[in-house]
Amino acid sequence: MPEVAVSSPASRGLSDRLSDLLWSRQGLLILLLILPPALWLGIIYLGALFALLAQSFFSIDPFSGLINYEFTLRTYGELFRAANLDIIVRTVLMAGCVTIAAMIVGFPVAYYAARYARGKWKALFYLGVMLPLWSSYLVKVYSWKLILAKEGILSWLFETLHLSWLLDAYLLLPVVGGNSLSVSWTGTFLVFLYVWLPFMILPTQAALERVPPSMLEASGDLGARPGQTFRHVLLPLALPGIVAGSIFTFSLTLGDYIIPQIVGTSARMIGQAVYQFQGTAGNIPLAAAFAVVPILIMGVYLYIAKRMGAFNAL
Amino acid sequence: MTTAIAFRQVSRHYGTVRAVDAVDLEIAEGEFFAMLGPSGSGKTTCLRLIAGFERPTAGEVEIFDKPSGAVPPYRRPVNTVFQDYALFPHLNVRDNVAYGLMIAGVARAERHRAAEEALSMVALPGYAARKPAALSGGQRQRVALARALVNKPKVLLLDEPLGALDLKLREQMQVELKSLQRQLGITFVFVTHDQSEALSMADRVAVFNEGQIQQIGCPQDIYDRPNTPFVADFVGSSNVLPPEMVERLTGKRASASLRPEALRLQADGYAAQVIEKAFLGAVTRLTLDIDGQKLAMLLPKGEEVPEKAATVHIGWDEDALHLMEQRDA
Repeated sequence: MPEVAVSSPASRGLSDRLSDLLWSRQGLLILLLILPPALWLGIIYLGALFALLAQSFFSIDPFSGLINYEFTLRTYGELFRAANLDIIVRTVLMAGCVTIAAMIVGFPVAYYAARYARGKWKALFYLGVMLPLWSSYLVKVYSWKLILAKEGILSWLFETLHLSWLLDAYLLLPVVGGNSLSVSWTGTFLVFLYVWLPFMILPTQAALERVPPSMLEASGDLGARPGQTFRHVLLPLALPGIVAGSIFTFSLTLGDYIIPQIVGTSARMIGQAVYQFQGTAGNIPLAAAFAVVPILIMGVYLYIAKRMGAFNAL
Repeated sequence: MTTAIAFRQVSRHYGTVRAVDAVDLEIAEGEFFAMLGPSGSGKTTCLRLIAGFERPTAGEVEIFDKPSGAVPPYRRPVNTVFQDYALFPHLNVRDNVAYGLMIAGVARAERHRAAEEALSMVALPGYAARKPAALSGGQRQRVALARALVNKPKVLLLDEPLGALDLKLREQMQVELKSLQRQLGITFVFVTHDQSEALSMADRVAVFNEGQIQQIGCPQDIYDRPNTPFVADFVGSSNVLPPEMVERLTGKRASASLRPEALRLQADGYAAQVIEKAFLGAVTRLTLDIDGQKLAMLLPKGEEVPEKAATVHIGWDEDALHLMEQRDA
């Protein structure tokens, strides 16, 4: 009986033998693949995060300005001082408004792309959504300052359309108004909305893409008007994507310190507070405590989203 | 008898593609009607025209004698069982089945009771709390059926509902669907590419090809008296004899259909050569060559099976040879 020809491992090259080894031991392959990112995530990322968290449980000596390395909740107590609480409430409100607006603006775009855009139109959609992400964030924000400034493009447009009175009336409104759009909360809101919108559109589109057309037809077939189909079928099925998008828009707004610096009022948001406390003020513990706030808020947000069944269709 | 569905010269064109081309059709109330044809023949488009997911480019679909042109799907007295079942993944079985009633504003307790009832009708009680993902293909099919039937539609549309099931389950569902239809008395319009399914279940069958109806009739008619070579070949893979050969046999010049099972060995018959034979269990299929024309023949078990390349003599009853109109090649 002829010997069955199975080449022995030694007769072949190193890469062959390595392939054979990894093929026969899948666990080893997974370990090799996962180890570098796990180390990065575990040590550098999570490590830094916990170091930050630890800082928030220290306090600063009000006279010497030195950090007192003793466990205390006093720094967290400081967050509840009126001025600091204002910063938190203001930031959360802004993040909420930006997120809701991004949902409203992003959904039709995502729906069109998922349902109707084919071939070249789909490519154009991706290009249109992604293109702003390719240019520098600072350039975009400063361009918006030009658009929104007192003598800027928008006020020129209103003037040309003989609608200056409308803009002026809007700017006279409390809270959302101001001297010009570029120093108002409306300005900050518009720039946030513009900058984070792609992060809402893309996950929403991905979720809508997975909804088979027959699902919507079935709903109509069972008597649901388009509005009812939207509420009972399309929205629940798109919700995981919308929630994913809202995690981006919400958390990015919570943490950003550049946009409110360049466009908007002088009142601070959380990001600016962190920036100033750890920098000029040298109050690392309070900066750390402020940085914990978005993490907590996101935790609560995800918990509520889960309770509301946002991830049921996953 | 009331007409449930009527097609009046209905066409649905996509650009230059004629998915449905000038179709005339009447389906009576309470009928089990099958639309049979290969994929792309327009049968599913016809179903979607009835459901209202498509609108005709010409002609009119009438539902209970009312033109349906401007009536959206959600206002039509029809319900559909989709090919992929289209169950809502975020709702459990009970809420899936009760969806139509929820939309109609039926109170929760009442619609849950109706859903349970519909589920027991399709032999699926006790599954109400499960999500569709936790069901097998056959169970999903039953849920889709219950979800449509719970609304008490006047017409139930079924788009290849058994296509995704395995053979055993499919045969079982065929029987159940048929008895369900008899019991409820609802008009069923059933789309399938499986000729045995259409023949075994339907009261009448419409055979589709290239957007047109080739023949409408009861299963017996369609099988025994196909109108066109396409019907003869598609339904039961009949032998289609060319006009020249038919002229020699009968004196009339037309294509003719000759069912494989109508052929029998006969000592004084025509001489033919066995090219191929295949054992199929209950029968053996022979491929014969008779004057350069290939013929399929089914030999029942118990008959002596000739060897390959052997010459046999075959014959058939005169009325087994069915002449067809020349419609397409």
